[in-house]
Amino acid sequence: MVSGLINANPVVYEKKERRARSASSCVNDEDIKDPEHPYSLEELKVITEDAIEVDDERSYVRVTFTPTVEHCSMATVIGLCLRVKLMRSLPPRFKVDIMVAPGTHATEAAVNKQLNDKERVAAALENPNLVDMVDECLAPTFD
Amino acid sequence: MAEASQLIQHIESFVNLSSSPTHQSQLQAASLDVIASLLKKNVLTIETLVREMGMYLTTTDDVIRARGILLLGELLTHLASKPLDDATIHSMLAFFTDRLADWKALRGALVGCLALLRRKSSGGVITTNDAKAVAQSYIQNLQVQSLAQHDRKLCFELLECLLQRYPDAVVSLGEDLLYAICEAIDGEKDPHCLMLTFHIVEVAAELFSDDLLANFASDLFEILGCYFPIHFTHSKAEDFDVKRDDLSRALMAAFSSTSLFEPFAIPLLLEKLSSSLQSAKVDSLKYLSHCTVKYGADRIEKHAKAMWSSIKDAIYSSHEPTLSFASESLDGVGFRDNVILTESLNLLDTVFKQNSGLFLSWIIGDEDINLIFKSISSYKTYKEISLQSKQKLHAVGSILSVSAKASPAACNSVMESFFPCLMHALGLSVGNSTQDCFPNDGNVLRGKLNHGALYLCIELMTACRELMASSEEFKSVAAPANERWYCLLRSYAASLAKALRSTLETSANEDSYETNVYFGVKGLLILGTFRGGSLIISNSIFENILLTFTSIIISEFENTLLWKLALKALVHIGSFIDRFNESEKALSYMDVVIEKIVSLASSHDFSMPFPLKLEAISEIGATGRNYLLKIVQGLEEAVCANLYEVLVHGNPKSAEVVVQLLECYSNKGRQRPFPASVPYQSIYKLANCWMHEIGGFEEVLLRFSVNIWNLIEKSVTFRSQVHEKGLLDATMKAMKLAVGSCSVESQNIVFQKAFTVLSLGTYFPLEDAASNIPIQLNEFQLTQETSISSSREAWICSLFASVIIAARPQTHIPNVRLVIRLFMTTLLKGNVPAAQALGSMVNKLGLKSNGTEVHGNCTFEEAMDIIFDSKLWSFNDSVTLRSNGGLENGSSIGLTDICRGATNIRSLQVHAIAGLAWIGKGLLMRGHEKVKDITMTFIECLLSNSKLGSFSLEQESVVKYAADAFKILMGDSEDCLSRKLHATIRPLYKQRFYSTIMPILQSLIIKSNSSFSRSILCRACAHIISDTPLIVVLNDAKTVIPILMDGLSILSNDVSDKDIVYSLLLVLSGILTDKNGKTIGQEAVIECAHIIIDHIIKLISYPHMMLVRETAIQCLVAMSRLPHARIYPMRRQVLQAVSRALDDPKRAVRQEAVRCRQAWASTASRSLYF
Repeated sequence: MVSGLINANPVVYEKKERRARSASSCVNDEDIKDPEHPYSLEELKVITEDAIEVDDERSYVRVTFTPTVEHCSMATVIGLCLRVKLMRSLPPRFKVDIMVAPGTHATEAAVNKQLNDKERVAAALENPNLVDMVDECLAPTFD
Repeated sequence: MAEASQLIQHIESFVNLSSSPTHQSQLQAASLDVIASLLKKNVLTIETLVREMGMYLTTTDDVIRARGILLLGELLTHLASKPLDDATIHSMLAFFTDRLADWKALRGALVGCLALLRRKSSGGVITTNDAKAVAQSYIQNLQVQSLAQHDRKLCFELLECLLQRYPDAVVSLGEDLLYAICEAIDGEKDPHCLMLTFHIVEVAAELFSDDLLANFASDLFEILGCYFPIHFTHSKAEDFDVKRDDLSRALMAAFSSTSLFEPFAIPLLLEKLSSSLQSAKVDSLKYLSHCTVKYGADRIEKHAKAMWSSIKDAIYSSHEPTLSFASESLDGVGFRDNVILTESLNLLDTVFKQNSGLFLSWIIGDEDINLIFKSISSYKTYKEISLQSKQKLHAVGSILSVSAKASPAACNSVMESFFPCLMHALGLSVGNSTQDCFPNDGNVLRGKLNHGALYLCIELMTACRELMASSEEFKSVAAPANERWYCLLRSYAASLAKALRSTLETSANEDSYETNVYFGVKGLLILGTFRGGSLIISNSIFENILLTFTSIIISEFENTLLWKLALKALVHIGSFIDRFNESEKALSYMDVVIEKIVSLASSHDFSMPFPLKLEAISEIGATGRNYLLKIVQGLEEAVCANLYEVLVHGNPKSAEVVVQLLECYSNKGRQRPFPASVPYQSIYKLANCWMHEIGGFEEVLLRFSVNIWNLIEKSVTFRSQVHEKGLLDATMKAMKLAVGSCSVESQNIVFQKAFTVLSLGTYFPLEDAASNIPIQLNEFQLTQETSISSSREAWICSLFASVIIAARPQTHIPNVRLVIRLFMTTLLKGNVPAAQALGSMVNKLGLKSNGTEVHGNCTFEEAMDIIFDSKLWSFNDSVTLRSNGGLENGSSIGLTDICRGATNIRSLQVHAIAGLAWIGKGLLMRGHEKVKDITMTFIECLLSNSKLGSFSLEQESVVKYAADAFKILMGDSEDCLSRKLHATIRPLYKQRFYSTIMPILQSLIIKSNSSFSRSILCRACAHIISDTPLIVVLNDAKTVIPILMDGLSILSNDVSDKDIVYSLLLVLSGILTDKNGKTIGQEAVIECAHIIIDHIIKLISYPHMMLVRETAIQCLVAMSRLPHARIYPMRRQVLQAVSRALDDPKRAVRQEAVRCRQAWASTASRSLYF
C-alpha cells in the first residue's frame, strides 16, 4: 500500500451546529470517519451540509464532496462510504448520485463514473477488505 | 519450637526476593500480618523476635539485610497502638538511628524511626535525647536528594515528624538542622515530596528564633522562590492525587511563614504580577494579600507605593469594557467570574485596611482618577464613552467602592472628596428633605443625567450601604448621625431619588434606554435598602420608591426589561426588610406593594398577561413569610368573591368585562376566560410554599376550605351556566390540596362544616337513607342521570367527595352510614368523585372503632355491609328487570347485582362498575380480601356475553368497560388514593393482586371459545400487566408473552387504545432489554422469538402514535442480540419491514430504523442485498 499518509497534515474545521430539521428526509453523513484520519468528514470539510441536495418529492439525492487534496486516492473510498451509508439510511425509493466537486480532483470523471456504476459498487462491496474498511468508517454513525 | 520454625518460615518468605513479583508481594504481606498478629497477642515478644532475626539484621548481604530491617520497621508500624516498655523502645530506636548510616538498607531504618517517633504517648514514650539522636544521625548521614522518590518522601516525613512532635529536641540543634533542611529540600521536584517540604519550611520558620533564621532566610527563600508560580508541566492531573491548588496553598503558607522572607518575597510577587500568565497573576495576588496580613504593616509599608501602582494596573487591565444590563446583575458586582479582578480588589481591600491613611492619600491624589472625574462630564450617555475610558471608569468605580467600604473614616474622606463633584456633574443640588420630595416637575431632569457620574455615584452609594450593613456600630440608631458621609448622602438623597425616578420615564426606543433603566432601578434599589430605619432615607422617599416600582409592575408590563428589573428590585427590597427586621419599612412595604399586588390578582383587568401577574405575585410572595400570608389571604378572598359572583350571578361584570374576556381569549388564547380560575392557578403555584411550611399556613388552608363551604351555603340559587366542568374541577383540586395538607383537627372542622352544608341541602334524602328503606329508582330519575338535575347539588356532592378523598385516616367523618348511602346513590348517576370518595373511605376506615362509640361512628365492617349487602335500590314496574339476573327478593337489588346486569339499563351498569372499581381499589390498596369478590364480579361481567350468546353493541361497551375496571384497580391516580391524599397503601399490593388474578385470567383465556371474550380477557390482562412492576412480570415471562402478543394485536385496531398499546410495548421492551433476569426472561423470549417479531413488525406501521412505532423498532434492535441461529430465519422479514420505516414521517422513527437496519444487517454478511 501507500507508505505514509497521502495528506499528512489536514486542516481540521469545527463541526457545524446542527440546525433543527424539517420533516423531510434526513441525510446524516456528518459522522462518517475519514479513511485516513480520525476526523469526521464534516470536520475535514469534505462534506458540508450545503453540498447535499435532497428532493423528497422526486426521491432524489445528490451529494457533492470535496477531497482534501487533488490527487486523493481515497476519493473513491469516501464516495463508497457515502453511498453505503445512504443505502442503509434511505428508503429504497431514492436515487442517489454521488459526485466529486468539479475541479477538486485530478481524475474527476473517472471517480464519478466509478461511484455511480451500480455493478462496480456491488462488486466493490463483495471485496471483504473494502467492506471492512467501509464498516470501520461508518461505525461512529451507528452509535 | 514449632512456633519458632514457623516464625523463621514467615521471616524467610518476607526476606526472600526470588519468586515472581506479584505473587511475592502477596506472600510478603501475608507473612507480615501473621508475625504482627503474633506480636499483638503477646505470643511472641519483640526480644525473641529480634533474637530470631539476628542473622537477617546483621548479615553482610545488602539485600537480605535491607529486607530484614524493613520487616522489623514494618512490624513496628503495625504495632503503633500496642504499649511497649521504654527499654525496648529505646534500644529499638537506637538501632534504627544507627542504621540511618547504612545507605544500602536505608528504607527499613526510615520506616522504623518513623514508626517509633509517631507512637502515641500512651504506649511508651521517646525521650528528648532519643529524638535528638535521631536528628543528629539524620543530619550526619542522610543525603536526601541522592535517594529515590519513595525514600525521599520517607525522609521528609521523618523530618516533619521531628519538627512537629519533638520541637524541644531539635531546636537545640540550631543551625545544623536548618542547614540540613536547606540541603535536603534543595531541588526537590516530586509533588508529594514538595507538599512535605513546603510544610517543613513552614514549621521550621515557626520553630526557630528570628535571629537564627535571619542567616538562612535568603537561602531558604532562594529554594522556595523557584517554585513560584506553581506550574504543572505534567498534563495528566490524575497521575497525582496532589492538585495544583494544594501545592499552591502549601507554598503560600511557606511564603508567609516568617516576616523575614519579606525583602525577597514581595519584589518577586510584584514582578510576577506583571506576568502574562493568567494563573501566575492570580497566584501573585493571592500570595500578596496573604503575605500582607502575615508580614505586618511595618514591613509592607516600604513596598506600599509599588503595590499600589501594581494593583491599579491589574484592576485597570482586568475590567470588562462593557457592563451587562441584564436583571441578574442588579444586586451582584457583575464581574464574579473574573478571578483576577476579584483577587486584586481583595488585595486592595487588605492593604487598604492595613494602611488606610497612606492609600487614601494616594487614591484621592491619584492623577488617573482625577482625570476620569474630569472627563466624565464630557460624555452624556454611556454609549458615547470610548471603550478605554469605560474600562478606566469601571476600575475607578471599584477602587473607590473598595476604599469607601473599608472603614467609616475612609468612607468620610472618599465621599467628601468625590461625592459633591459627582452631584455637581449630575446637576443636583442639596435637597430639602423636609418638604415633599416628589413635586411633579421631574421633567426638567429628564434624560439629562450623566451616565458616567451616575455609575460612580451608584458605586459609592453601594459601598456606603455595605459599610452600614456590615459594621457593628451602626446597629445603634444614633451613631452614623455624626459621620460626614452620612450627612452628605442624606442631604442629597431626596433630589437623587427624584432624578433616578425621572430616568425611568424614558421611552424604550430611546438610544440609551437600557442604561437609563438599569441605572435608575439600581440606584433606587440601593437607596431603598439602606439600613437604620429612616435615618438616611426618609419614609416618604422610601414609599415613593416602592410606589414607583409597583406602578411599573402594574402598568409597564410591555416594557420587558424595566418590568423585570423592577420586580427584581422589589424582591430585593422585600427580602432585605425581612432579613434585617426593618419594622418601619415593613409597614410601608405591606401597605404599598403587597396591597397593590394582591389587588392585581383579583382584578378583572385582563390587559396584563396572566403569566406576568403570576410571576410578580409568586416572586414577591416568596420574600417574606408575612407577605406570603397576606398575599395568600388576599388571593383567597379573591377566589371566594369571584366564585360567588360566578355561581350566583352567572357572569360577574356586565358587557365591559365580557368584552375584555373575549378579547383576552382571542388574543392570548392560553388563559382560561374564567375569572375564578385566575386566583385558582396562583393558589396552585403557591401551594408549593404551603407544603414546605405547613405549620404556619395551616390556618390559611383551613380558612380557605371553610370559606368555600360558607360560600356554597350562602349561594342558594346557582345559575345554569355554572355548569362549567373546568371550574368545578379546579375548585375540587384546590379543595383536595388544601384539605389534604391540613392536620386531623383542622380536617375535623372542615368536615363538620361540609356536613352541615350537605345536610341542609334539600335534595338529599338523608332521613330516608338513615332508615333502611331502599331508594326508589324510577325511570324518571334514571333518564336524567347524565345531566344532574341541579348544579348546586352536583357542586355540593362533588366538593364533599373531594373533602372525603383528602381525609386522613384518623379524621372522624360524621355520620358515616349516611354518607355512604349518599354516595352510593349519586354514584349510580355517574358521579365519579362519589365513587372515588367511597373507595377512599373503605381504604381509610379503621377496622374496629377504638374507644367509646360515638353516635354515627361506623367501623369498616359496617361500611362494607352497607356497601355490599344492603339492597339500596328498588324499581318501579316501569323498569323491566332481566329475568335471569341474580335477583332474590323481588325488586330490591344491591350494587353488585347491578354490575352483573340485573337491570337492562346499560349506563346504570357502567356507573355501577366504575363505582365498584374504585371501591375495589380502596380495598386492594389496604390489602382486604373482599377485593377478590369484586374482581370475580368483574370477571363474571366479562364472561356474561358468552353465556348469553348474542349481544348488542351497547352490551359490548359494558363488557369493555368491565375490562377497563382493571385499569382503575391497578393504575395510580393523582385524583384519589395517592400518598399525598393519605391513602393506606400496603406494600407490594400490586404484585399480590397480579399473582392471584393472572392465573385465573390465563385459564379463562385458554378456555374461552369466542374471539370476543378472548379479546376482552386479553384487554383486562393488558391493564394488569402494564401496571405491575416489571420484575414480577419478568418472572413468568413465559406465560405473559403470549398474552402480551395477543393483547397487542387486539388492541392495535382501535385508536382509543393507543395508550395501553404503548404501555404494553414498554413492558415488552423491558423484558427484552432486562439485564438481571437474563435467564428467565431471555429463555422465554428466545422460545417465541418468531411470534414476537411477527407482532412487532405489524406495530412498525402503527398509525396512531409515534412512540409506539419508535418503541417497536427499539424492541427489534434488542431482538437482534438474541442467539444468531434463532433469529437468522427472521432476518429477511425484519429488514424488509424496517426498510419501510425508513420513510416514516417522524425523524426519530427514521433514525431508529437506520440503527435497527444496521443491527440486523450485520447479523449476517454486511451485504446490502438481503
